[in-house]
Amino acid sequence: MPGQGGARRAVRFSRLPGFLTLLRTEFILAARRRADIVNPLLFFVTVLAMMPLGIGPEPEMLARMAPGLIWVMALLATLLSQESLFRNDYEDGSLEQLALQSQPLYFPVLAKVLVHWLVTGLPLALLSPLLGMMLNLGAAGYWPLFVSLVLGTASLSLIGGVGAALTVALRRPGLLLALIIMPLYVPVLIFGTGTVQAALDGYSFGPQLAILGAILATAAALAPLASAGAIRISLEN
Amino acid sequence: MSSFTPESNTAAGSPLLSVQGLCCERDGRQLFAGLTFCLNPGTAIQVVGANGAGKSTLIRTLIGSVSDFHGDISWRGRAFPRGVRSMRAELLYIGHNAGVRRGLTPLENLAWYGASEREACEALEAVGLFGFEDLLCQQLSAGQNRRVALARLYLPDPAPLWVLDEPLAALDVAGVQSLEARMEAHLSSGGSLLVTSHQPVHIQPLAQVDLADFQPPWGGTLDDARDFPLAASSVDREVRHG
Repeated sequence: MPGQGGARRAVRFSRLPGFLTLLRTEFILAARRRADIVNPLLFFVTVLAMMPLGIGPEPEMLARMAPGLIWVMALLATLLSQESLFRNDYEDGSLEQLALQSQPLYFPVLAKVLVHWLVTGLPLALLSPLLGMMLNLGAAGYWPLFVSLVLGTASLSLIGGVGAALTVALRRPGLLLALIIMPLYVPVLIFGTGTVQAALDGYSFGPQLAILGAILATAAALAPLASAGAIRISLEN
Repeated sequence: MSSFTPESNTAAGSPLLSVQGLCCERDGRQLFAGLTFCLNPGTAIQVVGANGAGKSTLIRTLIGSVSDFHGDISWRGRAFPRGVRSMRAELLYIGHNAGVRRGLTPLENLAWYGASEREACEALEAVGLFGFEDLLCQQLSAGQNRRVALARLYLPDPAPLWVLDEPLAALDVAGVQSLEARMEAHLSSGGSLLVTSHQPVHIQPLAQVDLADFQPPWGGTLDDARDFPLAASSVDREVRHG
C-alpha cells in the first residue's frame, strides 16, 4: 500500500529546485549581500589607484606594467570573494539538502559559480578599461583587456569554486585556499596578460583569446564536477 | 534478529530500512557497535542518547551522507551503498542545520524546495508563520526558523520516509503538539519516521533505540578495541518499546 503509493508519486517526492530556481535564489541572495559584491570591486579599484603612488607616475613605466597589474588585481579580487562561495550554504545545511537530491550537484554548483561571476568577474571586466586609462594603458589594449578579463574571470570563478568546495568544512581556510588554487590560476594569468601585451605590441591577439576560451570551456565542463566531488567529501565530516 | 518486538514487525510486509550490526566511529572513537533495528512502514523510531553518543552520526550514516561504517544497512532490501539512491528518492531529511537560508524569506525558502506559492503559504500557515512569510529568516527567532524548516512537512505529497534530527529543538509547547499531530498523521497514512530528540515524543506507535545500550564494551577508543574481538554480531539486545 505505501509501496504502491511511493511508486506512483515518486516524481513528486524529490522536489528539486530547477536550474532557474537555483539561479534566481542565488541572485536574490547576492543582491541582499551587497558587501560581498562591493568589496572585491572596491579592493580592485583602490589597490590599482594606489599603484601610481607606489611605483611612481612615469607614464611609460605605468603603461608597461598596466596589463599585468590589472590582471593580478582582478585575480586577487576574485580569490578574495571566492572563500565564501559555499560557506553559508554549508553552514545552514542547504548544501547537504542539495547533495541528498538525486540530481547531480553539477548544476547547483554551476548556478552558484555563474552568479558569482556575474556579480564579481563581470563588473571587474567592465571597470577595467577605466582603470587601464588611469594606468596609461594604450587605447589598443582596452578591448583585449575587457574581453580577456570576461573570459578569464569566468575561468577563475570556476576554478576557484573547486578550492572553495575543498575548504568549505574548514573554519578558516585563508591561505590554504590561495595555495590550492593559485597554481591553477597561473595559465589564465599568463594568457590573459599575453592577450593585452600582444595587442599593445601590435600583434594579433586572437590565439591568446582562443586559448583563454579553451580554458574556459574546459573549466566549465570539468570544474563543477570537481567541485561537486569536493563538496561530497567535505560533507562527510 | 531479536532486536525488534513482534507487534512492530507485523505492521506491514518487509521493513523499509533495516540495520544489522551497525558500528560507527568518529575521530578514532567508536560511538556504538552492534546496532540492530528495522523501520517498518507506518512506524516511528526515536533515537535517544546522551550528547555526543552519536545520534547525528547515526542519522547521517542512515541517509548515506557518511559512508564510513561497519555492518549492514539496507533500504527496501537493497544493501547500502547501492540502496542509497533509491532511499534518497523517498527521503525528507531535516538535519540539525535545518537547510533554511537566512538571507531568504520563508516563502523563498519553500520555493527553493519546489513549493508553489500557494502550497508554501498554506504550509507556513500550518506552522503558525502566517504574516511572517515576507520577512528575512535572519530577522526571525530560532524557533521560527525551525518552523520554516518544518513547514516542508506540510507541503503536499511528502516523501514516505521522514528523518528528523532534533526537530523539537527551540519549538514552543504548541509547536511541539502540532508537530506531533503532523507526525501521527504521516504514520497513519503509511509513512515512517526516524527522529532524534532529547524530549519525549508523544506519538503512537513509537519505538525507542537507546544508543547507550549499544556502547562498545571498551572505552570507545580504537586502541583499546584491539584487545576485543569485533563485538558487532555478539551484541544482541532488546530495543525498548516506548
